[in-house]
Amino acid sequence: MSVYQSAPTPESSAIIAKDFDFWYGDFHALTGLDVNIARNKITAFIGPSGCGKSTFLRCMNRMNDLIEGTHVSGSMSLDGNNIYAPGVDPVDLRRRVGMIFQQPNPFPKSIYENVAFGPRLQGVTSKSDLDDIVEESLKRANLWKEVSNQLSKDGLALSGGQQQRLCIARVLAVQPDVLLMDEPCSAIDPTSVQKVEDLMAELAPEMTIIIVTHSMQQAARISDYTAFFLQEVAGEPATLIEYGQTDAIFTSPMDRRTEDYITGRFG
Amino acid sequence: MADQSTQTDELTSRERIKRALSHGKAGRISKDTSNKVMLGVFRAAAYITTLVLVAIIAYVVINGLPHISPDFIFGWPEGVNAEGGIWPTIVSTIYVTALAMLICTPIAVLAAVYLAEYAKQGRLVNIIRYAADALASVPSIVMGLFGYALFVEAMGLGLSMLSAAMSLALLMLPIVMRTTEEAIRAVPRYIRWGAYGLGATKWQVVSKIVLPSAFGRIATGIVLAIGRAIGETAVVLYTMGQAINMPITPLDSGRPMTVHLYLLANDGINMNAAYGTALLLMIIILAFNLFSRYLSRRSR
Repeated sequence: MSVYQSAPTPESSAIIAKDFDFWYGDFHALTGLDVNIARNKITAFIGPSGCGKSTFLRCMNRMNDLIEGTHVSGSMSLDGNNIYAPGVDPVDLRRRVGMIFQQPNPFPKSIYENVAFGPRLQGVTSKSDLDDIVEESLKRANLWKEVSNQLSKDGLALSGGQQQRLCIARVLAVQPDVLLMDEPCSAIDPTSVQKVEDLMAELAPEMTIIIVTHSMQQAARISDYTAFFLQEVAGEPATLIEYGQTDAIFTSPMDRRTEDYITGRFG
Repeated sequence: MADQSTQTDELTSRERIKRALSHGKAGRISKDTSNKVMLGVFRAAAYITTLVLVAIIAYVVINGLPHISPDFIFGWPEGVNAEGGIWPTIVSTIYVTALAMLICTPIAVLAAVYLAEYAKQGRLVNIIRYAADALASVPSIVMGLFGYALFVEAMGLGLSMLSAAMSLALLMLPIVMRTTEEAIRAVPRYIRWGAYGLGATKWQVVSKIVLPSAFGRIATGIVLAIGRAIGETAVVLYTMGQAINMPITPLDSGRPMTVHLYLLANDGINMNAAYGTALLLMIIILAFNLFSRYLSRRSR
């Protein structure tokens, strides 16, 4: 059903979904997803609201487990291991698959404690280790220069864009292999968007990044691969329409619906 | 053709609406007058509320203030307990309230965490919540009677600080539980997700993120419940006793300020002392209210 244009091969993929379906209780939200997510590249998920792209994203670190009554079928593997296999601990999985949300969500704690939170969960207690992790994570998130002399300040006192980079630093502090970003730029100002995008480009060579975005320009600017999702009939499950290299998807979409969406005819 | 017909339809629709609108009548009272009258009514209602409070406070202050002195606050009662000071009753009130808080808070907070975070939302949780609300509306004299039957008699704790504290805890339980539950629910899910996304377990999310974030509002609920407990008369009347006594152990009996006030006023022996006690009681409760305001402000 889905159209593929030079999509990643299984060998070059970090995450592989096969015949993947998802339900919220009785509501069948996603169906028949076959997607390979390229390792250490940026993949963008696009599509109109309600097309299940965020839902699919949350399947990749089993965040949907937190919602009562959800279930899946098919398989989803990370580095060859099915993450929905019995015995897989979602808590361990989420350490390897970090997530950034639409709304910057720093904890109501100091900047330092925000970044140190994940390492502390893993039992890091040494002050010098934590200091190191906090400084390096903030540097990687390009926030160190702005906050180095006010680490004890409340994370919520930062501007929206800084808060989002703090959240990125917080995730980087636990060294995930995969970074899921659910519309990370839709609640922050344009200058901050630029900074977050630069940051993604810097991180990509050593981290698999998946970003859900409503901005076509953003997807075209920053991603290596683009997947277009669509729920064609209300009440019916959404699915993947077209997937492949971003250049190909944006310059020569093969499916009519993809073309209509990226040229702004609907959505 | 099609265009033309829609246009005609639209014109008729417009005309029909216009005609219907033209049937509107001006009200009998001018809009300006009704606005002014209603503004006056709202203002009057607001003033009455404030005035009642001011009147009560002024009445108690005027009657009670002349009687308040260090001797009255820190002295021991004399004569038929109507003269002298009221220190043992102040200690009894603070003792029993602190004890009630220590008993009530852990249970109420744990129950609220269970309801808000762990329990599967459904019938059972709704029943528990409804029960808590119903518990909050049980008349305090009934609670006193129940506390007497259960703690004083059945459990053999006698008229004591402990019996009274446990009965007061029953009264505070639903208040603290519901405010705590609200406070926990008010912690944005985005913040929880952030913690889950870093590989936190449920317990880590609750203990390290949710409860600290909700702390200010939980504390506010506890302080409000304490204010309620301090002013409570019927419950302690049945469970603490009336003897003037300086409580040391939780099994000692005593006479709280409210009961002292009740007995003074009831017998009419020394109304000055009654007003003095009333004023001190109000000051303590006011202090707690201000403290809870401070807590809720500090936690945004």
